[in-house]
Amino acid sequence: MLKVDDIHVYYGAIHAIKGISLEVPQGKIVTLIGANGAGKTTTLNTICGLIKPKTGKVYFEDKDITGVATQEIVKRGLTQVPEGRRIFANMPIYENLELGAYLKKDKKEVAESMERVYKRFPRLLERKNQLAGSLSGGEQQMLAMGRALMSKPRLLLLDEPSMGLSPILVKEIFSIIKELNEQGTTILLVEQNAKMALSIAHKAM
Amino acid sequence: MEVMEVFLQQLINGVSLGSIYALIALGYTMVYGIVQLINFAHGDVYMVGAYLGFFATAILGWSFLPALLMSMFVCACLGVTIEKLAYKPLRMAPRIAALITAIGVSLFLGYGMMLLVGPQVRTFPQVLTEVQWKLFGSITVTNRQVIILVVTIALMLLLQYIVHKTMIGKAMRAVSHDKQAAQLMGINVNNTISATFAIGSSLAAAAGVLVGIYYNAINPLMGIMPGLKAFVAAVLGGIGIIPGAMTGGFLLGIVEAMVSGYGKSLYRDPVAFIILIIILIVKPAGLFGKNIREKV
Ligand SMILES: Nc1ncnc2c1ncn2[C@@H]1O[C@H](COP(=O)(O)OP(=O)(O)OP(=O)(O)O)[C@@H](O)[C@H]1O
Ligand SMILES: [Mg+2]
Repeated sequence: MLKVDDIHVYYGAIHAIKGISLEVPQGKIVTLIGANGAGKTTTLNTICGLIKPKTGKVYFEDKDITGVATQEIVKRGLTQVPEGRRIFANMPIYENLELGAYLKKDKKEVAESMERVYKRFPRLLERKNQLAGSLSGGEQQMLAMGRALMSKPRLLLLDEPSMGLSPILVKEIFSIIKELNEQGTTILLVEQNAKMALSIAHKAM
Repeated sequence: MEVMEVFLQQLINGVSLGSIYALIALGYTMVYGIVQLINFAHGDVYMVGAYLGFFATAILGWSFLPALLMSMFVCACLGVTIEKLAYKPLRMAPRIAALITAIGVSLFLGYGMMLLVGPQVRTFPQVLTEVQWKLFGSITVTNRQVIILVVTIALMLLLQYIVHKTMIGKAMRAVSHDKQAAQLMGINVNNTISATFAIGSSLAAAAGVLVGIYYNAINPLMGIMPGLKAFVAAVLGGIGIIPGAMTGGFLLGIVEAMVSGYGKSLYRDPVAFIILIIILIVKPAGLFGKNIREKV
């Protein structure tokens, strides 16, 4: 479904990724594990088109998406829950979710997606008019995931979803990831928490 | 006149002047919010707006409303063009580069207009015959003052609607908060920035046309002082914060009118900049700002 072929990425003069290749088969959970600064976030951002690789290719569903604009990649069904959640803290929860469906023009479809997200994360429903910045870390992670789900991705990239969460919450987040996968979303997961990540992964890189 | 009457009369005058500052300040603040640039060419867009209004009314003989809408539309396009040609290539460059470019664009517009239409002051036609109403005592209000306020409030309500209720407004807020996260939502950051410049520039154009019918006189360098004042107004309210720019604009207009009204019109301009200095010392984030606002 996703194929990354020997990408090299630079930040100015810094050679951040020196040749990474990976493959994510349809329907699977693949985990990417690496030390701090290994370039995991950079890899995900390159896949999403936020950074362009100097050399190498990215293919999504057999189409070359290297250098394609992020909004186009999102439209094709690939999105990312970024490291550190990056929710829109000064907006209420429901607006965060609406923005997740930015490319969906069908109001009814958006309303249904939102209902589905609220069903999966009931805590978001209780607080839907609250500013996102006032949520706890775990709730923010749920919001970030819910927001990404609003675009109905076929492939979801998750960058360290367990960061800064208590063990119980980590367990909850991972069971949600597993559930999402069982319902048909392919997942590429970046984790420091190797033990947990490996326990749900079909494949590790 | 009694002190109280002077106060009320200057309050009315100040609201008119403040409407102009507020409309210009909105563009400053919206652009700063989304690209962290003090767009010093913004006052000159306001000047171009005034000339477009002059062209439409004096030469084409249009009435007020079509002239206003045409000027807003053309300046929206001008704002988008300025951003694409001058600022976009510098988006990754240090901020000072974009700031210097903005000053360059400002000079280009001001002196370019001078080259085009000459340096002399033009007199706006009497698109709206002035009607003066006596309220009580010696206090008067004119139909032009009422129109300025009505147009300003209508535009502010429209802006609030766009920013809070429409998807493009939500996208603007998302981009100003976190560009990368906004991109991951599928938002086209370039288009969103263009929309912000378009809206800000059209508000400045509206201010230009309103000033034309209020003071009747326009010239190619008329944008410099109100531009700086509107910048002060935006900082006063808290740069990047839309209700802040509205409040800051009205406050500054009223303060200036009071200073003039009590016989010290020479101090009008210094007062604005003294306010800027005081704000920067006492509450640099502005009246509506939180004190930690430096964004990533
Ligand atoms: N915006 C940037 N500018 C310059 N260098 C960067 C930038 N972002 C990342 N880097 C560098 O690129 C390398 C890879 O960073 P990246 O964030 O991808 O690592 P990571 O594997 O996600 O680390 P972590 O586990 O800490 O999240 C690091 O050496 C980092 O310093
Ligand atoms: Mg990382």
